[in-house]
Formats: sequence, C-alpha cells, structure tokens
Amino acid sequence: MQFKTMVISNAEVSPGYFRMRLTAPQEFAQAKPGQFVMVRVRDAVDPLLRRPFGIFDLGTFESEYPGAWPQIYFEILYRVVGKGTAMLSTLHHGDHLDILGPLGTGFTPAGPDTETILVGGGVGLAPLYYLAKEVVKSGRIRLFVGGKTQEDILCITEFERLGVETYVATDDGTLGASGLVTEVMERHLKGDVPSKAIFACGPMPMLKAVAEIARREAIPCQVSLEAYMACGMGACLGCVVKGRDHGEHTPDYRCVCKDGPVFDFQELQWV
Amino acid sequence: MTKPEMSVEIAGFKMRNPVMTASGTFGYGEEFAGYVDLESLGAIITKGLSLKPRAGNPTPRIVETQGGMLNAIGLQNVGIDAFIEKKAPFFRTITTPVIANFFGNTPEEYAEMAERLDRIPEVAAVEVNISCPNVKHGGIVFGTDPKSAYAVVKLVREATVKPVIVKLSPNVTDIVEMAHACVDAEADALSLINTLTGMAIDLNKRKPVLANVTGGLSGPAIKPIALRMVWQVARAVSIPVIGIGGIMTAGDALEFMLAGATAVQIGTANFLEPGTAQTIALGMEQYLVDNGIADIKELIGTLEV
Repeated sequence: MQFKTMVISNAEVSPGYFRMRLTAPQEFAQAKPGQFVMVRVRDAVDPLLRRPFGIFDLGTFESEYPGAWPQIYFEILYRVVGKGTAMLSTLHHGDHLDILGPLGTGFTPAGPDTETILVGGGVGLAPLYYLAKEVVKSGRIRLFVGGKTQEDILCITEFERLGVETYVATDDGTLGASGLVTEVMERHLKGDVPSKAIFACGPMPMLKAVAEIARREAIPCQVSLEAYMACGMGACLGCVVKGRDHGEHTPDYRCVCKDGPVFDFQELQWV
Repeated sequence: MTKPEMSVEIAGFKMRNPVMTASGTFGYGEEFAGYVDLESLGAIITKGLSLKPRAGNPTPRIVETQGGMLNAIGLQNVGIDAFIEKKAPFFRTITTPVIANFFGNTPEEYAEMAERLDRIPEVAAVEVNISCPNVKHGGIVFGTDPKSAYAVVKLVREATVKPVIVKLSPNVTDIVEMAHACVDAEADALSLINTLTGMAIDLNKRKPVLANVTGGLSGPAIKPIALRMVWQVARAVSIPVIGIGGIMTAGDALEFMLAGATAVQIGTANFLEPGTAQTIALGMEQYLVDNGIADIKELIGTLEV
C-alpha cells in the first residue's frame, strides 16, 4: 500500500545512525518481520528514487483522543550514507513522508522447540529487532551482533530488555569480543545440541560467512539482503541476485525486493 | 463544459487517453495493480521480450544520478514462451490494450518474434526495440544505422498485421534520418526516446558504479533532449510519434503533445510513484477543462515557433 506518514521522532542513536518513528495506517499492523518500506525522502526530483529500509519495530500507542483507535507506528534504523539519508536525518516530529509498503517477503519464524539465532552486522541489525519481538514469547533467542567499532553496535539494550542473550564483536575490540561476529557465533554454536535456526542480516561478506556455517553445521538459515533498487516492486530488475540454479544458459535471477529481501540461504548462489 | 475527449488513435488501435507506461518500467502490469487503476491507462507496454529467456547484466545494474538514473539491466526477461504461458492470461482481465516490446539478436529473430506475437490475441500492438544501449546484440546495432533499421523493421512489418511501433535511440547523430528509415520500412508509429548512454564513477573505489561500466540515462534530466527530438521527428514524418523521456507531470506530457506527440510514455516516474501514469492522465484532462479545449487531439503539434 501507499500512504502518507508523520514523523513522530528521529533520534541519533549513535554517531551517524538514526532511529525514526513514523505513523502508519491500521492495515500496516499486518507487516511481517523482514519486510521493508520504500521512503520518498522529499517531493522533488532530487533525490529521484525512494530509499528502502527494513522495518525495525512496529507497535501501537494510545491516541490522546478518548475513544480513538490506538495509533499504529513503525520504526526504521538507518545510517547516513548519502544525500537521501542525510535529508532524512534532518526531519523532525510533525514532518511528513510518503511510504510504499510493507514490501517483500518476511522471515518465517522457527517453530517451537527451536532456538532462534540472530546475526546482525551494523545497521543490518534493523529487521532482526522486530523479529525478536515476535518470537521472544515462544523460545530462546541469542543475538550475535558485529561492527567495525563500538559506535556501529546499535540498540542492543532494546534486545536485552526483550530477554535476548546478546553477544557482541567488534573489529577493533572496543566493545565485546575482538574479531568477526561470525567467529563468535561459531564458537558459541559448536557442540550445541538443541535444534536452531539462523536469521541474518548485514553486509555480504558477513552473510557469506553465516551461510557457510549454516551449510557446514546443517542449520536452517534465512538471510535478508540489501541491494540498490529503483522501484521495490519487481519492475526495474535492478536489485537482482543469483538464484541457486543460475547459469549462463539458465537465468535464475531473483529480485531482492519481491522474491526477497528474505531468502532461505539454500535458494541463493554464494560464490 | 462537457467532459473533454481524451482518446487518441495510433495505427488503428484506440486508447482511452494518450498515457502509456514505458517498457521496462511497469513490469507486465500486474505488479502495479495495487497502486494504480490499470483501467485508467491508455496502454501498457511490457518489458522487452526475446525468443529465449535472458539473464541480463551483472549487478550493480542501476544508480541514481542528478535528476535521473542510469540502468544497465541488459534486457533480462522471461522469454516469449513464459510470457505467453504466465503473463498473457492476466491481460485478458483488463480492457487496457497491451503492447509487447521485443527485440532479437538478428534480423531473423526479430521477424520470428513478430510472427509469434502476431498470434497472441492479448497483444494489441508491438513495439520494436532497436535502441537498447546496454547489450551488444539486440537493439542498438540496428538502431544506429539507418540501413540496418530499415531491414529489421521491414522484416517485422512483413511478419505481423498488428500495428508496428519502432522505439528509437537518441544515441545517433541524426534521429530524423533514423525516423525516415523506419517510415520507409512501413512502421505505423515511432516512439522516442530510449535512454541516453551515460556513466557514473565511484570516486572512493575509482571504479565505474555499474558492472556494465555504461548505462542508459533516464528521468527528468533527459526531458529537454527528448522534447527536442520528438519535435524534430514529428515535423519530419507523417506517422504518429509517441513521446518518451523524463515525463513526471501532466505538464511535461502536454509539452510533448505540443511538440507533436500523439501519445506519451511514462517510464522512470513509475519507479518512484507507481500511480504517476494515472495522475498524469487526470492532470491532462484537467488542463483541457481549465483551458476550454474539447479534444486533446487539438493540441498535437500546435507548438508555435
């Protein structure tokens, strides 16, 4: 669906990273963890295209008007990387934006008796929080989160407040273990008996390492991908990734926007 | 005043208004059904089709530029068999005419495609792509040389009784010469412009942004060039011209009609606002009402210079 939204808050949660809360219509409450929105940053031709953001959180708050429906809100977590996100970061409470969404596939939560393993890199953590909120009632969750330095580790207090066991790794060792998040995850999962499912979102090298671990340890794994995209609805074919059966004469490109952004890792080519 | 007349006709097929969606920017129509009333459009043009499915180019395939975007998709498409089986049935559920855009690697492939499309009742007309800038074969080689263009269009003409629209490239020295070649080969209409070849560089990596190095520039940045070319071609030929290039608003679309276009195509704008084509059709009608014009056809080619 397409709708106009109002910014409720837009806070810098770490240098260069912002968390924005936006109003949404009632139907938006059906959005699944892992789905995303396309945001029109402003009503002009520059920047021309919408920007995609995973849904970080979704909820309701009581309206100040007696008898009114509770107001649906959602949140995005973003890093200022270019013109579009720089403009977003200047918005305040009461500003308006145009949204397309929720778009794409979402995560399929693990069944009962299965432990949920979340792996996030930097701002890739975003869609995992909403997922954690949805599955926390039904089982154990561990989060492994990584970044270059401590400033890239976002919102872990929120995860801990949900009751998620959180493990941190930074390249420079300024927070948590020193090294890659996938190394920390592998150490923790080794020799673990109960059944698990991995849900990962972050930079491509991290996802590749996660997929390799999932393959080796035979753990079900879903990854959420990021890509340049123009439309978000499967028309421009700008955001494709190679599917499992892709070959020179057997094209098997999948749209990150429509076939994803969440894929079973076995559906994709990782080489 | 009474409702103004918005319909136009191109080579025998009638559209309820002059607003079409450009190839490659609107999928196969179905994708946009939730965001735009498909029954409000003049026509829908499909993603470019080929005999065999095509993988397209490696990624990154798109990048935003100032007031526009570059794409090098490389004609990824499902191929004609899958089109007939999976996409065409949807067209039966709408009354808006569907135009199949297509290309081939050789003139013979163009002819074979035209012949196969001729047999699909859901296809109202064909648009011959001789202008894709992003692949070695299948388009631009035929679109930059008048003799090759003539040969391809002639073969297509002989292979189908459906209206034949030829989509022209702006990446030529003299677009009027190309237009004449297509008219000589008995094309029914011309659509222009396809994208302009461009590139973008990542200064930090010191590399091209697109995997294909170059790509096709579209969006508002190209509108002045498109307007100029439509104006030049429409003055020179007697068949209908369809204006394409950076149309974002009803005003943009009407400018193309003044320059001589009988209809327009909305491309890149569909990506940022999926409802653009519908908004533009309504806006054009409002312009007629506001200016006391009874029929949109009265505007075509009326630019005073």
